[in-house]
Amino acid sequence: MTPPLAWYLGLSAVLFAIGVLGVLIRRNVIVIFMAIELMLNAVNLSFVALARSSGSMDGQVIVFFVMTVAAAEAAVGLAIILSMFRNRETTNADELATLRW
Amino acid sequence: MADVAITAAKSLFIVLLVVQVMGLGVFFERKVSALIQDRIGANRAAIFGFAGLGLVNTLVADPVKFLLKEDVVLAGTDHLLHFLAPVLSLVPVLITFAVVPFGDVLQVGGRTINLQAADLNVGILYVLAMVSLGVYGVVLGGWASNNRWSLLGGIRGSAQMISYEIAMGLALVAVVVTYGTLDLQEMARAQGHLLWGWLPAWGILYQPVACLIFMTAGVAESKRIPFDLPEGESELISGYFTEYSGAKHLMFMMSDFVEVVLVAALVTTLFFGGWQLPYLLRDGFHFPWGAALALPSWAVALLQVTSFAVKLVFFTWLQIVIRWTLPRFRYDQLMRLGWQGLLPLALANVVVSALVIVLAAGPAA
Amino acid sequence: MNPLLFLLLAALTVASALTVVVHRNPVRSACALVLTLCLLAVFFLGLDAQLVAFLQVIVYAGAIVVLFLFVIMLLNLQVEARAMAGALLVGTATAGGVALAVLVVTALRRAAVPAAANPPAGFGETAALARQLFTVYLLPFELTSILLLVAIVGAVALAKR
Repeated sequence: MTPPLAWYLGLSAVLFAIGVLGVLIRRNVIVIFMAIELMLNAVNLSFVALARSSGSMDGQVIVFFVMTVAAAEAAVGLAIILSMFRNRETTNADELATLRW
Repeated sequence: MADVAITAAKSLFIVLLVVQVMGLGVFFERKVSALIQDRIGANRAAIFGFAGLGLVNTLVADPVKFLLKEDVVLAGTDHLLHFLAPVLSLVPVLITFAVVPFGDVLQVGGRTINLQAADLNVGILYVLAMVSLGVYGVVLGGWASNNRWSLLGGIRGSAQMISYEIAMGLALVAVVVTYGTLDLQEMARAQGHLLWGWLPAWGILYQPVACLIFMTAGVAESKRIPFDLPEGESELISGYFTEYSGAKHLMFMMSDFVEVVLVAALVTTLFFGGWQLPYLLRDGFHFPWGAALALPSWAVALLQVTSFAVKLVFFTWLQIVIRWTLPRFRYDQLMRLGWQGLLPLALANVVVSALVIVLAAGPAA
Repeated sequence: MNPLLFLLLAALTVASALTVVVHRNPVRSACALVLTLCLLAVFFLGLDAQLVAFLQVIVYAGAIVVLFLFVIMLLNLQVEARAMAGALLVGTATAGGVALAVLVVTALRRAAVPAAANPPAGFGETAALARQLFTVYLLPFELTSILLLVAIVGAVALAKR
């Protein structure tokens, strides 16, 4: 007996909620980034489960694109964090909140 | 139930084979280096006067020494990461051998057993995935050592590994395009047919450039000389595993040698026929001049496994000779070779291979 | 996949995801993220998505998180004293997160999910994915390659002094 689709979607929802929690409560921008990656992966799990359930490969193709876009976003985002760190010497989201000073 | 037992037996066999060849590699490292450098090598340890040409020293005394040394506990570092780093270095390399085929089939009791521990149809991707995970051992080992030269060695090592993974992956893309499959057992079987009736169609004839790129990238991945700046003995002591002693150091060294055997195994499977012995088919020898020699299936399997083991030992020996012959690359030379040398070459190889395949297949393709 | 195995792996995945967002040491958060990603790859294997599972390990666990670790080590981030926002925000966010999870699960249970039929032969294999990628989804594929080029150029430009 394979696990029903609802279990996979439920796990995906829980992981997504944990990601949202991470973005809201952590102050370190790198950990916020990791929580964003967690959200993207939760959505990937949803897509793959639905692809299997409906028998169509489209879900997996979309996962492929999500992974590529996530890689690009992580590279650019971390480059931004590096250059902000060079200016401000901090990775605290509260202190990086304004562009002035 | 029987399937589980068979898979367990195959996994045990391949792990034992790998550990034996790794042990042989360690022995070669001492003795072949001694021969190259015109000295005798390690021969002091002996059991009841039997020194065994240095085998006792290398294979018995050295591991026992490592295991009995004190495991230094560092202050001020993350102990969990310090413990995990050697594990993360050794385990991914060892489990990659699950997809390496060591023989064709074994027909026993009515069953046809495929001599490959895990028959994945995306075998090459599994290999690349495990090589990617091997980076963590280096990066966490450097970080958890609380030593800025270890950190430097760890960062250099992991940057080198991820740079050469790309060249390795592209060389593998050319191989995949040539064979049309990602399964290593299918690739090994596809090298069995004969070109022009007498030449075994091994991968090196179809993809010589990819073989060179793959071997170079493989040696760079395992951070052996000439690419061993992360572990540069004259500069960083031991680089990212300076602060490790005893069994953890042994695990790092084991992962180094097991990776040498892994590169040897992959080069033989992809480019040198794997377990193929020229003119040996499943029912015996079929020589091109017409003679044939029928053999029982267990003898054929035994010959194939032996041929695989011999090729494995040869390529391990070759990597050790390379190590003791070439000087070390400077770090910027290393990065330049990876990004500006191997990467464009591998891309050009993929394009040329694809063109040749499409043109050779004719207008029907 | 065996339901018992699913529950065990799901519990482990949720635990490591919580470690990612809760642990004060950023290096340990990154290691927990690697564990979560590898567990998700196991789920993908159970869902007949072999290519996507190994791509997940190669791209996400093997490259993206290594990039995270590099940045953490280069910036020499230590364990922080005040890792999270104040108690009021943590409490509200947790309540919000639970509410979000309940909302999504309820919405999915009421949606018209497709019936679980047997997938066609060759489902989840490289050839099937490649066929879709190079015919139906060719334009997004080419645009993604341009996106990656832009990301490389942008990252190099931002990270240079």
